[in-house]
Amino acid sequence: MNSLGRILAVAHKEFLQLARDRMTFGMIVMIPLVQLLLFGYAINTMVRNIPIAVVDLSGSAAARVIIEQVRVNQVVDIVSYLPTPQQAEAAVIAGEVRAALIFPRDLARRIASGATVGQWLVDGSDTTVSQVLLGLRNMPLRLDAGAPAGAYQASEPSFEVSLFFNPERRSAVNIVPGLTAIVLTMTMILFTSLALVRERELGNMELLITTPIHPLELMVGKLVPYTLVGLVQVVIILGLGHVIFAVPFAGGLGTLAIATLSFIAASLTLGLLLSTIARTQLQAMQLTVFILLPSILLSGFMFPYDAMPEVAQWIAEALPATHYVRLVRAVVLRGAELHQLSGDILWLCTFTLVVLLVATARFNKRLD
Amino acid sequence: MTELAITARGLTRRFGELTAVDHIDLSVEKGRIFGFLGPNGSGKTTAIRMLCGLLTPSEGEVAVLGRSIPAEAEKLRLEIGYMTQKFSLYTDLTTLENLRFMARVYGLAHGQRRQRIDEVLQQFGLTELRDRQLHAMSGGQRQRVALAVATLHRPTLLFLDEPTSAVDPQNRRDFWEKLFDLSEAGTTILVSTHYMDEAERCHRLAILERGKVRRDDSPQALMAALEGRVVEVSGSGLRALREQLMARPDVVSAAQQGSRLRVLFDEETTAPLDRLQAAAQHQTCQLARPNLEDVFMAATAGERR
Repeated sequence: MNSLGRILAVAHKEFLQLARDRMTFGMIVMIPLVQLLLFGYAINTMVRNIPIAVVDLSGSAAARVIIEQVRVNQVVDIVSYLPTPQQAEAAVIAGEVRAALIFPRDLARRIASGATVGQWLVDGSDTTVSQVLLGLRNMPLRLDAGAPAGAYQASEPSFEVSLFFNPERRSAVNIVPGLTAIVLTMTMILFTSLALVRERELGNMELLITTPIHPLELMVGKLVPYTLVGLVQVVIILGLGHVIFAVPFAGGLGTLAIATLSFIAASLTLGLLLSTIARTQLQAMQLTVFILLPSILLSGFMFPYDAMPEVAQWIAEALPATHYVRLVRAVVLRGAELHQLSGDILWLCTFTLVVLLVATARFNKRLD
Repeated sequence: MTELAITARGLTRRFGELTAVDHIDLSVEKGRIFGFLGPNGSGKTTAIRMLCGLLTPSEGEVAVLGRSIPAEAEKLRLEIGYMTQKFSLYTDLTTLENLRFMARVYGLAHGQRRQRIDEVLQQFGLTELRDRQLHAMSGGQRQRVALAVATLHRPTLLFLDEPTSAVDPQNRRDFWEKLFDLSEAGTTILVSTHYMDEAERCHRLAILERGKVRRDDSPQALMAALEGRVVEVSGSGLRALREQLMARPDVVSAAQQGSRLRVLFDEETTAPLDRLQAAAQHQTCQLARPNLEDVFMAATAGERR
């Protein structure tokens, strides 16, 4: 079993080097941690505390009730009360507030007749912000408490209010499992592509290829330690995601492990393939970004897969990350079983095998 | 007839427009130390890489230990050891870790491994350095580790590409003592160098320049062939004399060494001492024993003119 011995020798050596390379070792832990906090928090705070101004021309009790209701949803932060609509407009233009809410003099009459109660002046230059404020237009109002005109019976719009009022929980639940796919794509491809290119740059490769080692033994030996690294990263993301962002975990650990291992294998072999193409570590990094960007944009991590044009879907299907985003969400959020996921797992395994063979064929035990 | 470890006929390697190795013929006898002497860029490394099977020759035939290269290069792996010009072990690993890794890669049996590693540690004086990482070692220490690794699997043929370029003279001498030990034990060694003193230690020497073998013989024979062509001049006004001599067609080279000027005449020149005395009337002239530098100058003269 010389072959197994050589694979183990490479794996062992790789472990030793990894353990001594503090920079890389730190990155293994820090990349998932930082990404988790960045994505987890940044996306949540996006739709909160938007500064607005209020102009109440009616001066009525009903207006105060509505203002209070707008305020408690935490989407907006009322920073000023202004006397005239003209001043409110000026404040929006000046960028002091993102929007202004204006109540007309005849507010009581409008409430009684079920008409529109007020007007939003919205700064449309930030589409995300304006999208959120446009949603406020349909906010349901309850005026039974202390309202003189009795229960408000406006033509209540039937919008997805619940999604709107709870953006925090839903986005984190969606983001965190998908994030494992992105972090693994980044680190797995980068580490393996660098590992081989570094040996070539430092001259280790010239010695290695004069030994009896077979390219496949070298490649497999290098994959072993990084597989464990990938598993550690998944544990960090899903574990902290559970603790910090209360991401539920519906599925089985075994199912998740199988799905994750098949994705790690696919990413690692892709990294090996890149390392047979790149000549320098810089090129290896650039090639990794070349894979990483479409993985972020097209995998369904950020934008829904179903909404993409057909061509984009084809590209997405070719990326391992797309299949893993599907797998990890299915397992973690919907509690899917292995037999329901066989399509994506099979695809990842086939991808791994084909890419590993191509990478081995491309890896020449010659210098020319 | 002596057995040959390496034979090469018309070995050539081109990189685009550049011909790095240009139709060289080589015969390396078993159990000998064979040297490649030449300046940087003369094709030494390219030639060695082709002999190891790392580079495919553009032209020519090579047989190493009876196997045709590069076709059968993989079968040779266990029989050859290679020390690269650029240090190629893992500097973030210790001596022992490097040796263990290579021992497993070479497929040494488990029981044999520890014993053989202890052997080379002792042989190359590395026992005290066994747990030190290679980046914390001097050039000489690293070269000893590299040689230990290259000989770990007991190869019968060793390729050493400028093994002592980062090593001080004392360590260089020690290093060569190890090479003679290995040679004594029957290992064939092909070593490249640009140091004259190292080249002189080889059993046989090929002088490479611009991809061509200019001379190929034992160092002693190469030097003997120049007998009577080297004259040393001592006295004053040597710089002016050198200018004057360099312009003459019959002078191959004139190089000052301290208070002497060493002048090498070309092959056709008869009675160089008399000729030189005629030119250098105020100085004393005498015939000198040729050294390898003279050989090198004479061998590469055609190209420089």
